[in-house]
Amino acid sequence: MSSDNPRQSIYDSTAPSTDTRDSRIGEGPDDRFNSKLREAFGSTPFILTKFDKFMNWVRGNSMFMLQFGIACCSIEMIHTYAIKHDLDRFGAGVPRASPRQADVMIVPGTIVSKFGPRMKRVYDQMPEPKFVVGMGSCTISGGPFQEGYNVVKGAEEIIPIDIHVPGCPPRPEALVYGVAKLQERIRNGESSPVVVKPYELEQFGDLEKDELVQKLASEIDEDDLVMRYNWADSP
Amino acid sequence: MSSGLERTRPVETTEDDLEALLGDRALARDDHLNAPGFVIRPDDVQDVLSDLRDEAGFDHLSCLTAQQYEDRYESIYHMKKYADPTQEVSIVVPTTTDDPVSESAAPVFRTADWHEREAFDLVGIDYEGHPDPRRILLPETWQGHPLSLDYDQEKPQLVTLSEHANPIQPDHHDAESDTMFLNIGPHHPATHGVLHVKTVLDGETVVDVDPDVGYLHRCEEQMCQQGTYRHQIMPYPDRWDYVSAGLLNEWAYARAAEDLADIEVPEYAQIIRTMGAELCRIASHMLALGTFCLDVYGDFTAVFQYAFRDREVVQDILEDLTGQRLMFNYFRLGGVAWDLPEPREEFIAKTRDFLDELPAKVDEYNDMVTSNEIFQVRCIDTGVLEPEVAKDYGCTGPVARGSGVDYDIRRDDPYGYYSELDWDVITDDGCDNYSRVLCRMREVEESAKIIEQCLDLLEDWPEDEREIQANVPRTLKPDADTEVYRAVEGAKGELGIYIRSDGTDKPGRFKIRSPCYHNLSALGEMTQGEYIPDLIASLGSLDIVLGEVDR
Ligand code: SF4
Repeated sequence: MSSDNPRQSIYDSTAPSTDTRDSRIGEGPDDRFNSKLREAFGSTPFILTKFDKFMNWVRGNSMFMLQFGIACCSIEMIHTYAIKHDLDRFGAGVPRASPRQADVMIVPGTIVSKFGPRMKRVYDQMPEPKFVVGMGSCTISGGPFQEGYNVVKGAEEIIPIDIHVPGCPPRPEALVYGVAKLQERIRNGESSPVVVKPYELEQFGDLEKDELVQKLASEIDEDDLVMRYNWADSP
Repeated sequence: MSSGLERTRPVETTEDDLEALLGDRALARDDHLNAPGFVIRPDDVQDVLSDLRDEAGFDHLSCLTAQQYEDRYESIYHMKKYADPTQEVSIVVPTTTDDPVSESAAPVFRTADWHEREAFDLVGIDYEGHPDPRRILLPETWQGHPLSLDYDQEKPQLVTLSEHANPIQPDHHDAESDTMFLNIGPHHPATHGVLHVKTVLDGETVVDVDPDVGYLHRCEEQMCQQGTYRHQIMPYPDRWDYVSAGLLNEWAYARAAEDLADIEVPEYAQIIRTMGAELCRIASHMLALGTFCLDVYGDFTAVFQYAFRDREVVQDILEDLTGQRLMFNYFRLGGVAWDLPEPREEFIAKTRDFLDELPAKVDEYNDMVTSNEIFQVRCIDTGVLEPEVAKDYGCTGPVARGSGVDYDIRRDDPYGYYSELDWDVITDDGCDNYSRVLCRMREVEESAKIIEQCLDLLEDWPEDEREIQANVPRTLKPDADTEVYRAVEGAKGELGIYIRSDGTDKPGRFKIRSPCYHNLSALGEMTQGEYIPDLIASLGSLDIVLGEVDR
């Protein structure tokens, strides 16, 4: 049958589908689903709300977390997912191994120079809208390793962070609270402003040709991605 | 007391024997608190080390410490015997500042490969004849050597992302064959943190494995060198092996520093330490088991959650004892921070309850894990590590014991209260992934035995003799140029610390010998010619924790 002929069957009879619909709606509200909303709206199948608001509500209640272990804090993070603390109770407990399936990234640990570009990459691979919880002092300032030659002074130098959970490590309860706060923010449609971070991935060729860049010119390709750390300006 | 605790030790190599063996290759003596030290020429390294191994039986290159003085660089090879780790010798190799080149020991001991790469990376000594002289912890493009004296921390640095080149492009590893290059990590659920394994595959078989570490190099040695002995260093060990093994790590520092400053620890405190440390070991082995099952058969529901349930109980007990769930900071030089929590009876009863339930839980694990046929098929005869190879790579802990190397510092170089208690060292000669798992599970039972005995002792200890700390001065300033290397049995193996004092209240050099680092270096050997899933299983059975690998 060619596609420009309308399918006859649609015109033949509409009885079956109307029947089903009628029987679904029935007479008055269906008391099998006796919810408050049902009572309020009667038999109408529509709930009136702003679409945005609805989406935010959904987002806040079904968060897929990225399974992302970096350092000591990740042990407490696993405990938060596991038995006893069970983050799943709050609609936020499905750790996804791939960033492409995740909405929320908990950054549980110290970021060092070598890992910075990789974390940025993982963050970039997550689909929008995405949210980040910084767990532990290390993601706030570098924590106990703040003075280290190799330690990035807080994850916020590289990616935007919505919620900081302080502690070294934060207890699981604290992390649960942090996640609950994040849900609240998502529901209210807030997220952290996206600004240019001090440490970004850039193409090597785009960097200003200073002493360091010239020294490395023979080792790095022009179009390789690099991250440049200006330790002297770090907090 | 117990049969397991006495071992036959080889004939002792006396200092005279050593002097005779080294002859005029020994230029001078440079004794350390733990061992006699001999200074040798930088081009005699291979010669001396192979003589020590073959003639005198020093088959364990435990640690290599590199450091820079005003007038020279120095590499110290700390050698021991697997058969008797109390027999030690340090080989000191000085080189000049303008041309720090020293002969590589990698042809003699394979473990020297990673040791020397690290020494080059952080301190800047070149090892001549090293098979693979690259940086290991810091990125390839790093400028300068951070633990050398003239390093400027304010200088900018560049880090590339080039390892993530397109995997479909023709790989540069081998132009001839049609192998495929595969990146595993640094963000991958099976690497237990941030490890990057560069793998070359031929079909589904692994031809080459190059673990790329350093994604968590948090400058622990620098941090410890900046802290004062008395209080500022103790919090850091908790963060090396962070899988609840905190007290075991703290003990490593406590042991080294107490020997350095000559501090006696009261017996009562030793018992508390022993008990706490073994609780940590249980928690750590539980996590190893849980994550291993997660790796091997993706079991996120049963075994993994059970293991975490049991860890929660241990962590509760440790929290009662120390006040923290994970980062305990409970040891002090000369003792522990405080006594058992009041009411004592309640704490002891709670711990006893845990121990009473443990055998049933272990049975349950055996039901679900080790006697599971699928599990056995995955683990038996995969990831084989022969004992001689294990020794060559400096493997220790459950990894070595799973290969039949009977080596446990708690028994062989006793500290704490272990020598007074009745327990056994577990070994298994399967050499495969399965025997490493078995070893850990049985060690959990041994640890429970130790805790039980400690509890008995603590319960009956007379109230007015509960001395928890020795009298230690507020500031410790050990004499300048005293050097000590001491190790304890951490959850993953021999965790050693070298400290050199420079007369101030902070260490002049603080070097950490991490068991995971060396266990991981054997990965390539274990997985060559196996399938990719076996690589993952082998990695899991090594039970590495990246905080300790990278430090
Ligand atoms: S905040 Fe503390 S516990 Fe968390 S990663 Fe940093 S050092 Fe470890």
